[in-house]
Amino acid sequence: MSGGDEARPQGGDGALAAAAALGARLRARDLGAAPAALNLLENRSPARRGEIAALLAEVAPGRLGGEAPAHVVGVTGPPGAGKSTLLSALARLWRKRGRTVGVLAVDPSSKRSGGALLGDRARIDADPADRGLFIRSMAAGERLGGLAPATRAAAQALAAAFDVVVIETVGVGQSETEVAEAADTVAVVVQPGSGDVLQFLKAGIMEVPDVLVVTKADLGTVAQRAVRDLRAALRSLGDGAPVVAVSSIHPVAGIEELAGALDAHRAGLDLAAARTHARRLGALADYVSEHGERGLRALGGRRAAERFLERQDAALEGPALVRALEVRAAERA
Amino acid sequence: MSHRLPERDKPWMMRTYAGHSTAARSNALYRGNLAKGQTGLSIAFDLPTQTGYDPDHELARGEVGKVGVPVAHKGDMHALLDGIPLDRMNTSMTINATAAWLLALYIVCAEENGIDASVLQGTTQNDIIKEYLSRGTYAFPPGPSMRLIADTVAYTVEHVPKWNPVNICSYHLQEAGATPVQEIAYAMSTAIAVLDEVRPRVGEERMGAVFARISFFVNAGVRFVEEHAKLRAMALLWEQLGRERYGVVDERHVRFRYGVQVNSLGLTESQPENNVQRIVLEALAVTLGRNARARAIQLPAWNEALGLPRPWDQQWSLRIQQVLAYETDLLEYPDLFEGSHVMDALVEELLAGARAEMARVEEHGGAVEAVPYMKAALVESHRERIARIESGEQVLVGVNRFVETEPSPLTEDGGILVVDQAVEAEQVAALGAWRAGRDASAVRHALEELARVAGSPDENVMPATIAAARAGVTTGEWAQCLRDAFGSYRAPTGVGEAAAPPSTEEVVELRDEVARVAEQLGRGFRILVGKPGLDGHSNGAEQIAVRARDAGMEVVYEGIRLTPAQIARSAVDEGVHVIGLSILSGSHRELIPDVLDALRGAGGGEIPVVVGGIIPEADVAPLRAAGVAAVYTPKDFELTRILRDVVALVAERNGIAAAA
Repeated sequence: MSGGDEARPQGGDGALAAAAALGARLRARDLGAAPAALNLLENRSPARRGEIAALLAEVAPGRLGGEAPAHVVGVTGPPGAGKSTLLSALARLWRKRGRTVGVLAVDPSSKRSGGALLGDRARIDADPADRGLFIRSMAAGERLGGLAPATRAAAQALAAAFDVVVIETVGVGQSETEVAEAADTVAVVVQPGSGDVLQFLKAGIMEVPDVLVVTKADLGTVAQRAVRDLRAALRSLGDGAPVVAVSSIHPVAGIEELAGALDAHRAGLDLAAARTHARRLGALADYVSEHGERGLRALGGRRAAERFLERQDAALEGPALVRALEVRAAERA
Repeated sequence: MSHRLPERDKPWMMRTYAGHSTAARSNALYRGNLAKGQTGLSIAFDLPTQTGYDPDHELARGEVGKVGVPVAHKGDMHALLDGIPLDRMNTSMTINATAAWLLALYIVCAEENGIDASVLQGTTQNDIIKEYLSRGTYAFPPGPSMRLIADTVAYTVEHVPKWNPVNICSYHLQEAGATPVQEIAYAMSTAIAVLDEVRPRVGEERMGAVFARISFFVNAGVRFVEEHAKLRAMALLWEQLGRERYGVVDERHVRFRYGVQVNSLGLTESQPENNVQRIVLEALAVTLGRNARARAIQLPAWNEALGLPRPWDQQWSLRIQQVLAYETDLLEYPDLFEGSHVMDALVEELLAGARAEMARVEEHGGAVEAVPYMKAALVESHRERIARIESGEQVLVGVNRFVETEPSPLTEDGGILVVDQAVEAEQVAALGAWRAGRDASAVRHALEELARVAGSPDENVMPATIAAARAGVTTGEWAQCLRDAFGSYRAPTGVGEAAAPPSTEEVVELRDEVARVAEQLGRGFRILVGKPGLDGHSNGAEQIAVRARDAGMEVVYEGIRLTPAQIARSAVDEGVHVIGLSILSGSHRELIPDVLDALRGAGGGEIPVVVGGIIPEADVAPLRAAGVAAVYTPKDFELTRILRDVVALVAERNGIAAAA
């Protein structure tokens, strides 16, 4: 929990064991461990890095006996596109089908104050008695439109416990790259009439997402035209990503089709390869945020660092990979 | 023109916004008020009635009979109006999301007393836009809500022709911080949205009659000269709108008619006796000039910032009206400001500003589509107002200037009305008896018919609603039937768009302290700002949320109407370090302990909780004893200082030493 003694000096075997126990609870699919796990993973104090590593080691593929079975879904789109209402409807459907859902909602922070308003977007309607739905907001910190510092680790941890893990981010254009690295499947949400997405897609500024969602299908012809335009744009790019029109407000429509499209993408994925790739890119991002460009140069640059990571054991989790990078940099110095 | 009227004007209608506890006790209050010379009724409903929940609903807890009277079915309406001559009474009902329903109960109550609907006089507020923007007692999404409003207009124009079906209400916009320009512009834009919705239902030839039935409910603040100019500007705009947009030609149809409740926002908890002067001056704002004089006035009581007024407090406010109308010479003259350069220029200035702002609302697609824009604009205006008060630029006597005071004999005994906590259980039991005693199959059929009509957008929902009222359906059943048909809705909070202004020295200092504590905590400093229960007055919560963000905190604010269980769950899942709860409706005695219990149940019992709102002095100690770390009331107007306390509280609870 948020804890009276969260700031007291930690460390030592007791703290490490407690952190490992949290990881073990997640591995045992104890959803009640999620808040405390997130409190620890979000902790940036160097004194707590050992505990974070201990927690993540418990949910690494080696301990799980393979990749976490959860479906990690990235949902991204511009403000006002209707992401949260859409997520409400999706979460309801998943819960109805007996799937547990963990949501990581990443909100931008103020550049000036570092403060952030979280959960302000029409909040996801949740039954407080339902432990099978967990919602956690994360402030994006310095990284506009991207992930919060702990989002990747949080997604990995939750993936051990929940059936579906959603990473929701705000953005359009190039900012979905980070979420694409962390998620198995990325859905970009747009509302009818947002021509910028169409332009970004055509110009190749924006990578083609795995699923495109057009909200506000209740607007009728406007939404239908948006779907047609997006399909035409994808065809011209030779891409067959599905475009789904949904209405998240009453009467709700298209949600089952969207859930089906997300599942279909996941079924066609080489999960082990994708997750390994995600862990490596995440580790590199964490390394860079700790050691900066100078740290990257010490590895011989980004490409060299990526090649080095490709040679590592596929089952290694984030903190172990970061350590490997640090050792490598020290060796080269 | 003579400078005297040939005959003294008749006074405006005098009302008192009243109702609490139960229908029977409110009825006794109304009879007493009428005996004292009040000339109309103004019914205050409790929050469950306003939002469409029965007294036994989870969200109704703590709110039954608090800020108004609970009316759960026609039996309650009969008890409320017992012995009051409905064929002669003029009744104003402050009711919005459930206006169609309460109007139906009123009609059925009259009908069962042998009075035909065609003679009924009164007003249903029935303005949903301002509920989304400021007051928070909405129930349905915008589209269906606008349909309900249009249905009541179309129905009353034919069947209850002396009724004002919509009282376009800018009152609560000012309470939410609106400037005079915003108040004018958003009220007019709302009226346009309603009239545009009604037009296709009644046909062009009836628009004159419809236009004539739309009245306004405004606010008046203590800047009473400008406030008077605002009303003159509204009258001009309204007439222009009628003639130009709706082709209304009859002069009587384009007259601007308004009722008023003067400002509560500016009433202070400190030296509350000063509120009497404020109320008198605000009453002048709406009566001084004959060309824009209110048709009906209700004045708040001097102690509103302390809690619920007692009958004696309300009597005092009624006597203010009576002195103004009967003792002074105000009603002996034609308009005092005709030919005044100052007044004309003020009006012109406001008109220009309002027209520009109306154009911006139009660009957003009209008032319904522009709700997020208007909400953000209001949060911004209110933020500026608070900053002016904090800096001392805007003077509040007894609050940020001239604060020395003798002890007040007026508040020696607490000075407010306390609603008996047993009322809720009483109402729940009575409701059970009502449900058991009615014809269940008639109720079922009435609700089936209501559901069918709700799903058929071209039909008017009023006849089925009236039939349901007759059959003994309850308020919660009627609203749930429509919630099922229409879906539910959460209004925008407006806080996300609030500007981060150049920071004052205090805010910068606080930000440094937040950063220092966060560094020790190891992660962002997290606060949950919560509004438990049905109270929709979110201004305070919104301003705290915005200031906390500006101070560098991570703020979880999820809007109004959350259950204690939802707040506890969010607090734990979001890993917050502290919780700030805001309640203005008087339900803190029930809801705050509920939140603390729910927190312990959710495993967050160690998270400190602070409370802000209209909390009477006598309730502070029990709340502290229940585990609340600190209590803030309207006299604590310095948001930055409150947040400084909150940071110190979190530091202390986490064993972080004070800064060197």
